[in-house]
Amino acid sequence: MTDAPDREQSYVRTAMLPPQTAPSTQVGAVRWVHENLLSSWLNAILTILSVYFVWTIVSSIYPWLANSVWDATSLTDCRAKMDERLGEGVRAACFAVISDRWQQLVFGFYPQNGYWRPPTALFVFLIAIAPVLFTQLPRKLLWFTMIAPILIFTLLWGGSIWAPISVALGFVIGFIAYRVIGSRFSALLAVLAAIILPILYWFTLSGTVNAALTAIAPKGLPYVESKDFGGFTLSIVIGLTSIMLSLPLGILLALGRQSNLFIINKVSVVFIEVIRGVPLIVWLFTAQLLLNYFLPKGTNFDLMLRVIIMVTLFSSAYIAEVIRGGLAALPKGQYEAADALGLDYWKSMRLIVLPQALRISIPGIVSSFIGLFKDTTLVAFIGMYDPIGLTSSIRASTDWNGVYWELYIFVGLIFFIFCFSMSRYSMYLERKLHRGNR
Amino acid sequence: MSELASNRPVNSAAMQISDEVAIQISAMNKWFGTFHVLRDINLTVYRGERIVICGPSGSGKSTLIRCINRLEEHQQGTIMVDGTELSSDLKNIDRIRSEVGMVFQHFNLFPHLTILENCTLAPIWVRKTPKKEAEEVAMHFLQKVKIPEQANKYPGQLSGGQQQRVAIARSLCMKPRIMLFDEPTSALDPEMIKEVLDTMIELAEEGMTMLCVTHEMGFAQAVANRVIFMDQGQIVEQNEPREFFNNPQSDRTKLFLSQILGH
Ligand SMILES: Nc1ncnc2c1ncn2[C@@H]1O[C@H](COP(=O)(O)OP(=O)(O)O)[C@@H](O)[C@H]1O
Ligand SMILES: [Mg+2]
Repeated sequence: MTDAPDREQSYVRTAMLPPQTAPSTQVGAVRWVHENLLSSWLNAILTILSVYFVWTIVSSIYPWLANSVWDATSLTDCRAKMDERLGEGVRAACFAVISDRWQQLVFGFYPQNGYWRPPTALFVFLIAIAPVLFTQLPRKLLWFTMIAPILIFTLLWGGSIWAPISVALGFVIGFIAYRVIGSRFSALLAVLAAIILPILYWFTLSGTVNAALTAIAPKGLPYVESKDFGGFTLSIVIGLTSIMLSLPLGILLALGRQSNLFIINKVSVVFIEVIRGVPLIVWLFTAQLLLNYFLPKGTNFDLMLRVIIMVTLFSSAYIAEVIRGGLAALPKGQYEAADALGLDYWKSMRLIVLPQALRISIPGIVSSFIGLFKDTTLVAFIGMYDPIGLTSSIRASTDWNGVYWELYIFVGLIFFIFCFSMSRYSMYLERKLHRGNR
Repeated sequence: MSELASNRPVNSAAMQISDEVAIQISAMNKWFGTFHVLRDINLTVYRGERIVICGPSGSGKSTLIRCINRLEEHQQGTIMVDGTELSSDLKNIDRIRSEVGMVFQHFNLFPHLTILENCTLAPIWVRKTPKKEAEEVAMHFLQKVKIPEQANKYPGQLSGGQQQRVAIARSLCMKPRIMLFDEPTSALDPEMIKEVLDTMIELAEEGMTMLCVTHEMGFAQAVANRVIFMDQGQIVEQNEPREFFNNPQSDRTKLFLSQILGH
């Protein structure tokens, strides 16, 4: 350094400075407006343009919505009421089509005296899923979650209550076999028994058990065929079932793809790539048409079940890839620490790896779920009456021929509510899991 | 000579070395692909020994101690831990891992679990200890590493030194008979090194069998009964610390010591 004669060479602060309040331009609304809307001339112009743009759209749509007609029996009736109320030739939304046909949009062809059943099933589902989604709820509720599938199945399809119970008994048998054999013999034997015994039971005894129990105590609800399901009932049943099933399957596929075991690895890779590489609609057509050729003649393999399986497989391939990203993002040290403590593969996955990998993957998983839920509308193409399929048939009726927007707005709104709740839940979950461990 | 980072006197009363063999490595070789990373390693560790392993970066120190609990697989020779040979038998591996504690350079605590949960996880799931008992044991060891008050925090809320002490407590909760340390202090700020070394010294005073990869030569002099110098995947020299530091034999050792100690 060169000479700096004026510069003080040593310095000692004698009085410490107290903090002062910030200048008024730095706080509150003034600062916000200044920083976010008017920070430069370009910004100010963009702000004004945007306000104008939003205003134009709102002002043109608002009267259409505000003056809408809700009480009419047909489009002609609707137009007559508009002429009468708003003046000759003024047009507004005709939501009467919704009030006239909402039952069809919600329930499809579900028998009218059973309209209470799908909403009750949804309610049961929400109660059952609550303790899973919100960990602060009492853990005892999980017992209800275990039996909820039986209730939901009976509520939706009806028939003898003993049918789903006798099927569920298979899982109980598997679990008991796993526990008993696992404690006496090897873990591998226990897993085999837990798989084989239930299958044997389903093929041999479960029908008899059902018949016997039904004969003793004939309890149940009137049977509803799958082809009578339609509208949002159909979308929600397919969507939620596939979501529930595709998460565990996706986790297994992701672990399989990461596995060092050659066969498991390759099977997972091929499965994921094939399923992902073909559009869902193709898989749905496959479910509708091709499976019939492969199945033995005369087997009655429910179309809805086939669709649920296809949608589940399709979505699980995406979920697997999302989770694989989460697994890859985990530092190697986590696996090593788990190994070094003597945790075996499944324990280290369950306790250390997956909780962290899933947390990282939440946004991706929820995006996949939202996509899956919206994709259920594709079943309209294979002759199922989802809400979109029903709008077409409503518009084809003489009463409502010519209605477009109102139906689609309604359908869109309901889908939006579902998808938006999922998105909010995922944000809640991210925030909650981030607390404490940054 | 660098000073002992910790200046507390070491109480060597309980530092007994028995005749019982804890680890026996004979004619062990390991390759990473075609790279011969460990060459003809022969090492016998007796119960109660405190061994410090040093050597230049990349000489295979980490790989050596990671072979002892099978984080790395060796290709030739044998490794016996507590009389059990390490082979591809998963049962043996899990048993050895639960007997051998390991402390890593980067702590590797589980960030989604609290400190207490980090410490009770393995006892509960591997040893099948009842939760309550596991928590008592965990609190005992957290007390020992002097951070019981942090039990309900998450690792991310602790300093590096505290995290490393938790990592030591987590290993101790499994009641291991052997502890492996892989550069436990080299990711820490200087003022935190002391607290971790103190914990390690205490452990040595209680007679724990320890293998430490470290460059803390003060620690080696105060605690170790044997110092091993490795270079290019081989054990080049080993001796008791006084001899090792004052009278190194190999030129490689001399060079290494002059680099690490000479200012
Ligand atoms: N997983 C691995 N794959 C390939 N090479 C590795 C791997 N781990 C370590 N090595 C190499 O082996 C050598 C020894 O590594 P390491 O045991 O970590 O050395 P040290 O701990 O003594 O610094 C280094 O050259 C390193 O690059
Ligand atoms: Mg190393």
